[in-house]
Amino acid sequence: MNEIFAGLQEAFRLIFTLDSDLIEITLRSLQVSVTALLIASALALPLGTWLAIRRFRYRRFAIVVLNALMGLPPVVVGLMVYLLFSRSGPFGVMGLLFTPTAMIVAQVIIITPLIASITHQAMRELWSEYHDLLISLNTTSLQRITALIRDGRRTLMTASLAGFGRGIGEVGAIMIVGGNIDHVTRVLTTAIALETGKGDFALALGLGFVLIALTLLINFAIHSLSRTERDGTW
Amino acid sequence: MVKGPLSVSLDSVVVRRDGKLVLGPLDLDMETRGITVVLGPNGAGKTTFLKVLHGVERISDGEMHWSVANVQAREEQAYVFQSPIVLRRSVAQNLAYPLKLIGTVKSEISMRVSLWARKIGLEDALDFPATRLSGGEKQKLAIGRALIRMPKVLFLDEPCANLDGRSIREIEELLHEATLAGTSIIMTTHNLGQAKRLADSVLFLLGGRLHEQSPASVFFNIPSTSEAQSFLNGDIIE
Ligand SMILES: Nc1ncnc2c1ncn2[C@@H]1O[C@H](COP(=O)(O)OP(=O)(O)O)[C@@H](O)[C@H]1O
Ligand SMILES: [Mg+2]
Repeated sequence: MNEIFAGLQEAFRLIFTLDSDLIEITLRSLQVSVTALLIASALALPLGTWLAIRRFRYRRFAIVVLNALMGLPPVVVGLMVYLLFSRSGPFGVMGLLFTPTAMIVAQVIIITPLIASITHQAMRELWSEYHDLLISLNTTSLQRITALIRDGRRTLMTASLAGFGRGIGEVGAIMIVGGNIDHVTRVLTTAIALETGKGDFALALGLGFVLIALTLLINFAIHSLSRTERDGTW
Repeated sequence: MVKGPLSVSLDSVVVRRDGKLVLGPLDLDMETRGITVVLGPNGAGKTTFLKVLHGVERISDGEMHWSVANVQAREEQAYVFQSPIVLRRSVAQNLAYPLKLIGTVKSEISMRVSLWARKIGLEDALDFPATRLSGGEKQKLAIGRALIRMPKVLFLDEPCANLDGRSIREIEELLHEATLAGTSIIMTTHNLGQAKRLADSVLFLLGGRLHEQSPASVFFNIPSTSEAQSFLNGDIIE
């Protein structure tokens, strides 16, 4: 009990003195997850919207695949990316294993299906609302997608934030492909795992608080976005 | 822009859905002029008929021709759906949308938006989210947004269902004004009183088929089919 209390005290000291390790790890976490978020959103938002308004033969199948991908265990994604980037793998020559880039790749694979799936659902709802009007107004495909993305932008931001939340809190995949190397690939979650294992609760707790704060922030943002969406205030 | 009213002809038009005959076979020549009211009991095919004319409902058989190419015809038309569709944007942005689509210049857009906001009584709500308007206000917004491009033909599907008396009166005034400005109207209604107040001519549909096409004065006084007679008497017809 005492040990935990001392750990808490030390954790607060680390946070309020802006401990350099803590800052460095937090920034790297943000760098990896924000980059992954941007790439995943650039792929998933148009893909989800397109799936919502386009009828094609294998659409249903594509949606099933998307939902299945959403349930991929991150550890397995980590393993696959590891094999791809390992020295004997197809992309081995790039030497990306144990770099932030490999971690970004893994996170993109993990969160793209999630963002695309949420986008698809939201856009399908909006499209069924707008469908008749946009057809009647003789809109082009581009005008339709533009209108949907513009008027659904709050839901799209919610989808992206959900993806970010999943990425920043994920540990299995980035542990495997990043290797948790000090000053290179150590991020919040992997550092917490390591420090806890070593019994150094102070840093683990301090990092934990940062992670919780980030997650809360994301969820508040999602909550207020979906509230303004519902109330129609924008 | 095409001079003069548009006309349309239907040649054995049939619409089937799920193997069920929904509309037709329909043969009809019609010049759009003033207000044409499509009457008939629930399920008669009125909505389907309007959508066919507008070119947004797939025809299973037969042909339909407007007096101009179908694409051009659609550009000269506007459609107000049975339950009004409002964009999740402000009132002003809703009104501006059809003009933006066709690349109208900004100054012209803002001028017409304020004009139409005034006409539909929403000039104080320009920045108000359209999704939070009342049912009557949404319907007026949808009508204003349809008329803002000054279409040659305006389709309205039950524009006054579930509205209070005041909204109905305001909407009827809008429609009357629109016809004076050169827009022909083809509308359905459940309200016989409204049909009598507005109609210049009447199409009477029953079971997906056209039973009567007459000037309003004829239809309401000496309907030529017994079904129309029963409908006007308020009898239940199937
Ligand atoms: N997509 C559809 N699939 C099956 N039946 C339909 C479809 N659309 C309309 N119907 C049927 O066609 C008939 C005419 O419908 P509708 O045009 O909406 O009539 P109205 O507007 O006069 O009430 C109704 O019996 C309706 O159930
Ligand atoms: Mg109807």
